[in-house]
Amino acid sequence: MDKYENRRFLILAIILLVGSIFLFRLFYIQVVDDTYKTSADNQALRYVTQYPARGIIYDRNHELLAFNEAAYDLMVTPRQVDRDMDTLAFCALVGVDTASFAERMQKAKRHSRYKASAFEKQIPADQWAVIAEQLYRFPGFHGEKRTLRRYPKPAAAHVLGYISEVSDRDIASDSYYQPGDYLGVSGLEKTYEGDLRGIRGMKVLMVDVHNSVKGSYRDGALDSIPVPGENLVSTLHRELQFYGERLMQGKKGSIVAIEPSTGEILAMVSAPSYDPNLLVGRARSENYTTLAKNDSLDPLFNRAINAVYRPGSIFKLVQSLIALQEGVITPNTRIPCNRSIIACHGSHTNDDLRGAIQHSCNPYYHQVYKRLIQGGRANSIFDDSPLGLTVWRDYVLSFGLGTRLETDIAGVKSGFVPDVAFYNKWYGERRWAFSTIYSNSIGEGELGVVPIQMANLACILANRGYYYTPHLVKQRGEYPKREEYQKRNYTKVDSVHFQTVLDALEAVVNEPGGTARRARIDSIVVCGKTGTVQNPDRPDHSVFMAFAPRNNPQIAIAVYVEEAGFGGTWAAPIASLMMEKYIKGSISDPAKEERILEANFINPPKEDAAQ
Amino acid sequence: MQRNRANIWGDVDWVLVILFLVLALMGWVNIYAASYNEEHSSILDFSMNYGKQLIWILAGLVIGFVIMLVDVRIYERFGYVFYGITTFLLLLVLAVGTEIKGAKSWFTIGGVMSIQPSEFAKLGTALAVSKYMSGINVKISDVRSRLTLLVLLGVPGVLITLQPDPGSTLVYLSFIFVMYREGLSGNILLLGLISAALFILTLILKQTEVGLPFTDFALNGKYGLVIALALIGFTGYSLIKRYNKKAWRALLFGTLLSIGFVLSVDYVFDNLFKDRHRNRINELLGIISDPTGTGYNQHQSKIAIGSGGFSGKGFLEGTQTKFNFVPEQSTDFIFCTVGEEWGFLGSLTVIALFVFLLVRIIFIAERQRSKFSRIYGYSVASILFFHFTINIAMTIGLAPVIGIPLPFFSYGGSSLWGFTLLLFVFIKLDSERKNVLS
Repeated sequence: MDKYENRRFLILAIILLVGSIFLFRLFYIQVVDDTYKTSADNQALRYVTQYPARGIIYDRNHELLAFNEAAYDLMVTPRQVDRDMDTLAFCALVGVDTASFAERMQKAKRHSRYKASAFEKQIPADQWAVIAEQLYRFPGFHGEKRTLRRYPKPAAAHVLGYISEVSDRDIASDSYYQPGDYLGVSGLEKTYEGDLRGIRGMKVLMVDVHNSVKGSYRDGALDSIPVPGENLVSTLHRELQFYGERLMQGKKGSIVAIEPSTGEILAMVSAPSYDPNLLVGRARSENYTTLAKNDSLDPLFNRAINAVYRPGSIFKLVQSLIALQEGVITPNTRIPCNRSIIACHGSHTNDDLRGAIQHSCNPYYHQVYKRLIQGGRANSIFDDSPLGLTVWRDYVLSFGLGTRLETDIAGVKSGFVPDVAFYNKWYGERRWAFSTIYSNSIGEGELGVVPIQMANLACILANRGYYYTPHLVKQRGEYPKREEYQKRNYTKVDSVHFQTVLDALEAVVNEPGGTARRARIDSIVVCGKTGTVQNPDRPDHSVFMAFAPRNNPQIAIAVYVEEAGFGGTWAAPIASLMMEKYIKGSISDPAKEERILEANFINPPKEDAAQ
Repeated sequence: MQRNRANIWGDVDWVLVILFLVLALMGWVNIYAASYNEEHSSILDFSMNYGKQLIWILAGLVIGFVIMLVDVRIYERFGYVFYGITTFLLLLVLAVGTEIKGAKSWFTIGGVMSIQPSEFAKLGTALAVSKYMSGINVKISDVRSRLTLLVLLGVPGVLITLQPDPGSTLVYLSFIFVMYREGLSGNILLLGLISAALFILTLILKQTEVGLPFTDFALNGKYGLVIALALIGFTGYSLIKRYNKKAWRALLFGTLLSIGFVLSVDYVFDNLFKDRHRNRINELLGIISDPTGTGYNQHQSKIAIGSGGFSGKGFLEGTQTKFNFVPEQSTDFIFCTVGEEWGFLGSLTVIALFVFLLVRIIFIAERQRSKFSRIYGYSVASILFFHFTINIAMTIGLAPVIGIPLPFFSYGGSSLWGFTLLLFVFIKLDSERKNVLS
């Protein structure tokens, strides 16, 4: 009836074609291509990190060593920033110059125009209060709450360490970290990072086209609550630590004090030190540079675990114990003080062991060491010496010397005890014997020890033959200290041999004429030994190692004062003040304290330079 | 002509009525989601779009009901009168209309109600075109008839362009389908297609430079297109001259016309188009990309739809929808809400319903004995198809942003009533088809 009737099919076909094109296109953008999904989430969802509070660090008496204080990151969302904002007023408020303002804005824009990034980090709460009051004038800027480490006393900087923002490398090596996180980079902050950091939380918020928050996404189904870090209970004694740092003012050196019955480090002082509050927040990097580069005294260097010294006379105690155990001497063995072989001091002539320790007789130990090294294990001295050295070295290592004490802060040096391979390389095989290496006998020569090893030696003596690896943390949250710190390490010397040595140590401090008379404390039996470490072309280092009281020792200590001279003069009184402070809680001899506080070996006054 | 009153409801095509209801209600649900606000969650809150739209839908039903009661003969008899009224309103709106968003498209009555006469002009035009084309003396092949039709369509078209509302003007292009069905040469459809293709090609190619071999000259890409057209014309001529001696004339004419068209596109596009229209087209063709500026709406629209996934985010769960990332989301971009909250399944349902509606209208149009009814049916189908195609293509980035509503779906009383009238007049015509002598 209608010759164009069939044209409806073309029209129907066009309709179906359009419908099909739409469905293909929709299937593609809705199901196949998920970039739109990502874009939608990016613009409508805001992921807000909920930072956990970092664990607090207490001392052994639950006094605060490090805690957290509210701080704020000033965030900027470039797109929302008013082009006509009063930049000058803003810069004055935040404390940046206009050049830096422009640079930071560029950086933020490169990061994202739509998303907030940090304009200025870690603004302390008091400064933030001023900024926050004015912030309404500057749309696009808002604060994000963070925390800042604070230290109630400017003490224990080396032990606590510091934290800093994660680097790209940190992020690459540990998937937990995200830009903006902080992690411990030294000290306990680093070792116990995993305990202290806690677990980040996340809040997913919905934002509208104006970027104002519209509530929680899916009623918070995707949110997670931050888990605060575990608190640490350190072994440090805050007062003692602080006192030690005061005593070491004006000096270079270190103090390590350990509780012998547990291996817990009561104080670890490295002088000169710095206020840990310097390495926190906005001024951190600037202060760090100053400390690291512009200070020739290297305050960041932790001498207590990193400085290697020759052990000096104190090593004679180790020689004595090995010799007793090896049976090359008895407590009654007398050896003439033959000063033609090796120099000595004092008026003794033919001491027994106790006398030799007390007078620090060099020829005595020359002879003792010869008996240990060339003990007749082989006919030739060139064959005998390596055998003797190996046996001797095993003993020395069992005292925690020449081996790394795996303390819970990183970077502890192991010191050095030479072995056969070392001398073979140095002199050639069969080219050396006792006469080549005899300097070791009195703690000079190739030996090297770290102050913490010296304090550990004091523990061994106090315990009469064993030690716990010195450590700094008693408790991590609900967890006890690490297992390796609960285990006794025995020396290869039986405890019976310690008696004579301890008698001598007591005499050194308490008998008239002892070298460490300045270490005496009324009503407490202190055992100690001075050391004077030779320091070519410079004044000697003053060293003292002690523990007290003799029975049921509570504290073992090693004190190093660099370039201060004889051990008994400076190191011994410092050690006694520390021990008295710890045991009694107060100082009975204010004059002694006064003398130490006034002493200055870094910029010595003229009259002291002679010492 | 015998009339049986009792039979009015019996011959109604309920499929169309139900499709109308389903689309309007689905539209309403999505408008609710698009303008949802926790403080105004009651569906009867008339300060909100969805509250008002509910009224428009109910009023639409009343309109439909009234149409069913009114004598069917008025549409054919007074076709030109309707056309006259709606065209007069278009004229009136230019004089006393209220300017909203830069276009004088609205009558504001008492400061509360706004009416957009262009939505009703489609009805008037459809009736007038149907009446004219069903005339015994009218042959679409006659130049006179064609010119008359051009005037019938051109008058409202020009008036709407003056508002300006170019989107609504373009709708009148859809009558080309009606004319095609009634005998307009298919070559004209082809011509339209070729023009569109050349238009797009020119815009894309003029961005390129072609280095000429052996010289330092670089030629703008559009001249490359001209050369290509000339070559095609020449090759075509060489191939067919042996069989058809007369073809060379048409071929020469076509080639020259194409070349002229290509050369003029530039001028028309750069000088007669408005900046924002140029930008929308350039954005679509990927010539410019500015998702935060000129391309913002479409970019956001694609994100909303694309993020819906297979089964959608769920009712009232669309973040892009709820938080106003897509502008005009209740009106022109209502399909975004479907795409985001109901996903591919929702999109599929809506598209299937529209395709079904269009196919159904054509099926019903073809069963009319009256030529008027059939042409009117095709007019309705063409107008709805054009709206459907342009609106959805725009939201998914297949067409430039052209602001026309999605029939029955988009928020707005005028457009809903306009489409309701359009559809129900057709339902009424169909319900009376048995009373018509062919």
